[in-house]
Amino acid sequence: MNEMLRLAKAGLDDLIAVLRQEGYRVFGPVARDGGVTFDEVNATSDLPVGMRDAQEPGCYRLVGGTPGEIFGVVNGAGSLKPFFFAPEEPLLEVKRVGKSFTVNEVAPPARRLAILGARACDLAAIAVQDRIFLHDRFRDTHYAARRKDTFIIAVNCAHAASTCFCLSMKTGPQATSGFDLALTEMDEAFVVQIGSAAGEAIIAKLALDAASGDEVADARARIEECATQMRRHLDTSDLPRLLYDEAENSRWDEVAKRCLSCTNCTMVCPTCFCHTIVDQEEIDGNMSRRVRKWDSCFSLEHAHIHGINFRPKIQNRYRQWLTHKLASWIDQFGTSGCVGCGRCITWCPVGIDLTEEVAALRATAGQR
Amino acid sequence: MSAAVATPYMIHPARVVARRTETEGIYTFTLQFVDPELRRSYAFRAGQFNMLYAPGVGEVAISIVSDPTEPQLIEHTIRIVGRVTGVMARWKVGDIVGVRGPYGNGWPVEEAHGRDVVIITGGVGCAPTVGVINYIFRRREQYGELHILHGVKTPNDLLYRERFDEWRRAPRTKVYLTSDRPDKSWHYRIGVVTELFDELDVPSSSIVMMCGPEVMMRMAARSLLGKGIADDSIYLSMERRMECAVGLCGHCQWRQSFVCKDGPVFSYREARELFRVSGI
Repeated sequence: MNEMLRLAKAGLDDLIAVLRQEGYRVFGPVARDGGVTFDEVNATSDLPVGMRDAQEPGCYRLVGGTPGEIFGVVNGAGSLKPFFFAPEEPLLEVKRVGKSFTVNEVAPPARRLAILGARACDLAAIAVQDRIFLHDRFRDTHYAARRKDTFIIAVNCAHAASTCFCLSMKTGPQATSGFDLALTEMDEAFVVQIGSAAGEAIIAKLALDAASGDEVADARARIEECATQMRRHLDTSDLPRLLYDEAENSRWDEVAKRCLSCTNCTMVCPTCFCHTIVDQEEIDGNMSRRVRKWDSCFSLEHAHIHGINFRPKIQNRYRQWLTHKLASWIDQFGTSGCVGCGRCITWCPVGIDLTEEVAALRATAGQR
Repeated sequence: MSAAVATPYMIHPARVVARRTETEGIYTFTLQFVDPELRRSYAFRAGQFNMLYAPGVGEVAISIVSDPTEPQLIEHTIRIVGRVTGVMARWKVGDIVGVRGPYGNGWPVEEAHGRDVVIITGGVGCAPTVGVINYIFRRREQYGELHILHGVKTPNDLLYRERFDEWRRAPRTKVYLTSDRPDKSWHYRIGVVTELFDELDVPSSSIVMMCGPEVMMRMAARSLLGKGIADDSIYLSMERRMECAVGLCGHCQWRQSFVCKDGPVFSYREARELFRVSGI
């Protein structure tokens, strides 16, 4: 399993074809509406070949890249989260039966899913969500059903967006676990690493040669180059204590003047798990679905009970989000809630950068 | 669904077997699971809560006020404050409603054995404390002196006045009531709730359980610490928005805790740091 294989660029179509023959629907990054989104792909030509992404706080552009480069785009707004933690899904069906009612669990649609192009940070985010939905006191059976038997092909990053900081969060740029296969793209070919028995079974059908020592070295050099490109850093040392101690720092008031409380950061975050469950009644009144929808700690209702809103101000809500993400998440789940993907920075309409906010809190520690 | 374990969101039908009006807008319902197997297996601890479901409308978290030794009949006191409880106000005997639970950690009733117990509530009645008071009265010999403190703004806010009078007559029990805006009907103490704490004379080995507005609990805790009661002998029941009750939906977070699964009862030792900061 430790042997590295060589997959010619043209062979990616064969890999997609084999997965489809095995009954998988293959999803990968697809250029759409000026960004990339995960959608079904039938061939390499569906992927954003020859494109790159230019990301800055509050800004995202697809631009021309290296011709023939298949995985030049680092990421888009959508992570892998929606595949497993659906943005909206029915959990229960409540049917009126005479004066009583029955309740049945609504099973998620059965599917064999293969994801092509999962980045290291997003794989780390899946591990974080697994910890919450599968390995806490209560197991979320809907998440479990969607998560089961997914085939994951990781792509190691050769470029870093300006908003990336996975090095600080120790999640990338190389995928180290949570994949069946991992690809590193070079000029002519991929170096393929096998991560599971399922991955080995699929790749065996392509009868690949071993990668040469030079190719393995080339692949490694590209990942290392990506790491050196990374401009953003988050100093995580003693972070929970810093955020707890600085709960009344005046920086929260300052950031609240810029934050629109729009919820974008929580929607693009690959680990945010807040959700609400609402009843959606059929028009005849005989059936109601309990539907789960993503929710956000930036919404006014999030901490609201009759007559009291526990987090009425934007500074309360931004502090909740950042403190949860980087501090209390660790107390709750033994891991940070941040994987360093940078999406919250890019997709914030006013370009609030959490790495900058943490640095500001550090610099002004003790300031009330 | 092929999964062996059902979703934690599964709701079970239960029959309303009794309905009592406590006062206008506050009702106590006695519920019994329709499924006989569930009726047999269901068990709860004092201070735990259930998610009650109005079919087609929604769920709310409501504490259980009846005694854990009779888990077949589950009592909930519901204050009508919103859309879902507004529908629950119309529940009648014989109606089938939804229940899932029990959830939460409950009151430290074992830890309180042999000790004087101080119960503090404020604002508009607090069902969790009524549950624990009833619990102690049914096992009166296991506990020392019982002190019940309750502060209200106006006499109209005092629910269960007869119950307070009944508790007041019980042996080894003291009831302290106060109102800051009394009328002629008020023949208890006049003043804010903090003045009751000055009146309270209890040994430092006492255990405290309280529920009510956070500002009241904060002031109470400060006063109790001054009487030499340890911060881990002071317990408070926290109120936060609870939607899932299983620590997954995120709404009830109180810094590192999920009030639904880690609480709702916390010791003041755990709460102390958080009480210093507003908007958490």
